[in-house]
Amino acid sequence: MAWDKKDLLGLEYLSTEEITTILDTARSFSEISTRPIKKVPALRGKTVINLFYEPSTRTSASFELAEKRLSADIVNMNIATSSVKKGETLLDTVKNLCAYKIDVIVMRHSVSGSTLYLARNIESSVVNAGDGQHEHPTQALLDIYTLREHLGELKDRKIVIVGDILHSRVARSNIWGLQKLGAKVTVVGPPTLIPRQIEEMGVDVSYNLMNALKNADAVNMLRIQREREKFSLFPSSKEYSKLFGLNSDKLKLLSPNLIVMHPGPINRGVELASNVADGPNSVILEQVTNGLAVRMAVLFLVTGGTSLHPEHLSS
Amino acid sequence: MTSLIYNGKIIDAAQNFNEKGWLVIKNGKIDSINKGDPPASIKTDEKIDAKGAFVSPGFIDIHVHLREPGQEGKETIETGCKAAVAGGFTSIACMPNTSPTIDHASIVKFINLEAGRVNLANVFPVGAVTVGRKGVEMTNVGELIDAGVVALSDDGSPVCDAMVMRTVLDYSKMFNIPIIDHCEDPQLVNDGAMNEGFFSTKLGLRGIPSTCEDVMIARDIILAEYSGGRIHIAHLSTAGGVRMIREAKARGVKITCEVTPHHLTLTDESLCEFDTNFKMSPPLRSEKDRQALIEGIIDGTIDAIATDHAPHGSTGKDIEFDYAANGVIGLETALPVIFTKLVKENKISINRMIEVLTSGPAKVIGLENKGTLKQGADADILIWDAESEFTIDVNNFFSKAKNCPFDGWQVFGKPLRTIVNGETKYCTP
Repeated sequence: MAWDKKDLLGLEYLSTEEITTILDTARSFSEISTRPIKKVPALRGKTVINLFYEPSTRTSASFELAEKRLSADIVNMNIATSSVKKGETLLDTVKNLCAYKIDVIVMRHSVSGSTLYLARNIESSVVNAGDGQHEHPTQALLDIYTLREHLGELKDRKIVIVGDILHSRVARSNIWGLQKLGAKVTVVGPPTLIPRQIEEMGVDVSYNLMNALKNADAVNMLRIQREREKFSLFPSSKEYSKLFGLNSDKLKLLSPNLIVMHPGPINRGVELASNVADGPNSVILEQVTNGLAVRMAVLFLVTGGTSLHPEHLSS
Repeated sequence: MTSLIYNGKIIDAAQNFNEKGWLVIKNGKIDSINKGDPPASIKTDEKIDAKGAFVSPGFIDIHVHLREPGQEGKETIETGCKAAVAGGFTSIACMPNTSPTIDHASIVKFINLEAGRVNLANVFPVGAVTVGRKGVEMTNVGELIDAGVVALSDDGSPVCDAMVMRTVLDYSKMFNIPIIDHCEDPQLVNDGAMNEGFFSTKLGLRGIPSTCEDVMIARDIILAEYSGGRIHIAHLSTAGGVRMIREAKARGVKITCEVTPHHLTLTDESLCEFDTNFKMSPPLRSEKDRQALIEGIIDGTIDAIATDHAPHGSTGKDIEFDYAANGVIGLETALPVIFTKLVKENKISINRMIEVLTSGPAKVIGLENKGTLKQGADADILIWDAESEFTIDVNNFFSKAKNCPFDGWQVFGKPLRTIVNGETKYCTP
C-alpha cells in the first residue's frame, strides 16, 4: 500500500488502508529499538523541527528519539504560547524555519486546527503532535497498535474510552481510528465532560463505568485535568474517582482479560489506582514503547518513504 | 435637475409595485412612479435606460462597522461607503464600537462631516447605550439624538446588567428610537470559538451554545415588554430566538430583529477546514437554526437583512483559529448571496427580499422617506441585473478588507447603478 500524503494531521483524514500502512510500517521499525545499536539511516539527510507550543515531556521525547534513531537532523523549539500571542505569528515563525529547507515540522499547539492551518501554508511535511482538543493522531495510532498486538483484528471489538472526552484530542483520534478498523467505541464520563452530539460520530455514550465495561475488550482511561475550565465541570477528584476511576475492587468484577490503557501522565488514585496502573491488565508501558515505532513509521512515510528496503533498517 | 429611469422592472415592496415601469427624479426626490413605457415626448436632463434590469429602492444596511475613527487600517468611512454603493446600499447605519466609541455628540458630528465629504452613501451613526460601551453608565441619549444617531447599541458587547438595560429601555421611550441589542451571555459563551454542536465536538473547538443568545433575548423581551421601550435584536442566529420574537410580536411587544446573509446561507459545517473567514459572533449555527431563520424571513418575524459588515485585516484573520478576530464583511456580497441562495432557489420571493433590504430596515431605524420609490421619497435607487452569472472575487472589492466567506461563489444579482439622492454614486464599468 503506497502512502502519498505530505502530512499526518489526524485520523479523520486517513483511510483504513492508510492507517494499517502506518501500523504495518511501525511493526518493521519496532525491532530497531531492541538492538544494541539503536540507529538506522532511514531519515539520514532529512531535517526535522520539533515545534512545541504547549508543554510536553513524553510526546516530545518520543518524537525526538524516533527521529534520532532514524538518523534525522533535528532542532527542538519550545515556545510558550503566551509569548507567541504578543510576538511573531505562527506562520512567520514557520516560514523562517522553512527557509532552512527543512523536511518535517512536528508541531504541538494548544489551538485546535493549527496543524491544518500550517499544512495548507507550507510545503514541508507537518506531523500533528496534538492540536488543541482536535486530534493527537500518533497517540491514537500507538493505542491502536498496542490493541492489535493483544487482540489481533479489531473488528467488532469493544473499546471504552473514559474521562474528559470534551477536552480530549486523544479520544477524538481514537474514535476515528478505532471505528475505521471496525471496533465499537463507547465513551464514558460525567455528562459535563461528554461533548454534545458525540453520538453522531458513531459512538455509544454511557454515564455508568461498570455497565460500559461489562463486555469490553479494552478500556482507555484518560487523564483528568480539573484546571481546564474556569468553572469546574465536576465537583471533586474524590467524587470523580468514585464514579469513574478504576481500582482493583472494580476490576475484580470485570473480565480478567480486560486491557487497561492510559495515555499518560497518570493521576494515580484519581482515574487509575496504582495497583491497576501497575497491575497485570495494564499495557501502559507497552504503549510508550510502541509509540516510538509508530512515530518512526509516520516520519518515514511523510518524508516520502514508500516501501521499506533492507538498507533503511540496517544499522 | 431631472432624471428619467425607464425600461426597467420596478420592484417596490412598500407599495407592492412589481412590473415594468419608469421613474422621474426631480431635485433628489421621486417625482413620479409609472407603469409601462414613458411617452416619447418626455423631457428630462438625464435619461437612464435600465435595459430590462430590476429597479428597486436602494438597499439599507442597519448594521455596518466602518471602523473609523480608530481602526482606519481595516476600513474607513470612505472605503466603507464605496463598498456600500458598489453593493447596492444607499444608506448604512454604522455601529459605535469605534475608537473612541460613538458615545458623545462630537463623534457623531465627526462621522457626519466625514460622510458628507465622502458624499457616497447616506450614513446614519448608531450611538452607544453606555459610556465606552462598558455597560455601566448611560450616554447622553438626547444629545446623541440631536447630533443625528438613529439608534443606540453597545454592539460587539451585550448590556449584561439587566438594571442598565431596563433603565435605557425606559429612558429611550421619550425619543422613540430602538435599542439595538447584541444578545450574548458572556458566561455561557465561555471563550467559545464556534457554535456548540456536532461540528464543535468533531473539531475540538470550544462551543458557543445557542442558549447564550436565547437567554439574553428572553431577558430583553421581558424587559422591553415591561418598559414599553423599543428593542431591536441584532444578527439573530438561533431557532429559539426566532420563536421567542415571533411570540413577542404576537403579544404586541415593540420588538424588531435582523439577520445576516451569512447566517441565512451558511452553517457551522463550514468550519471543518478551520477557515477563520467563517468565524464571527454570533457564530454560524446549525442547519436547523438556518432553516428557522429563513422561516422567520418568510413569515415576517424578521424585519431586515443586515450584513454586520465587519472588516478585519490579515493580522486578525491569518492566524490560529482561537486567536482570530470575529467578523466577516458583507456589503459587496449581500445582494448576490441572498438572491442566488434564497430567491433563485425559491426559498423567499423577490418581493420579500427587496422588502427586508429596503422598507423593512427603514422602518426599524425610522427613515420615513427611504426604502421606497413612492412619490416624494428620497431618490435612493438601485438598478441591478439578475441574469448574468459572475464569480465573487475578494480582490475586486472596494472594502479594504477581504475577510469574506463567499469568495469564489458563482452567483447572480449584480448592482449596475446606485443612485443616492438623485445622483449616480456607482455605475458598473
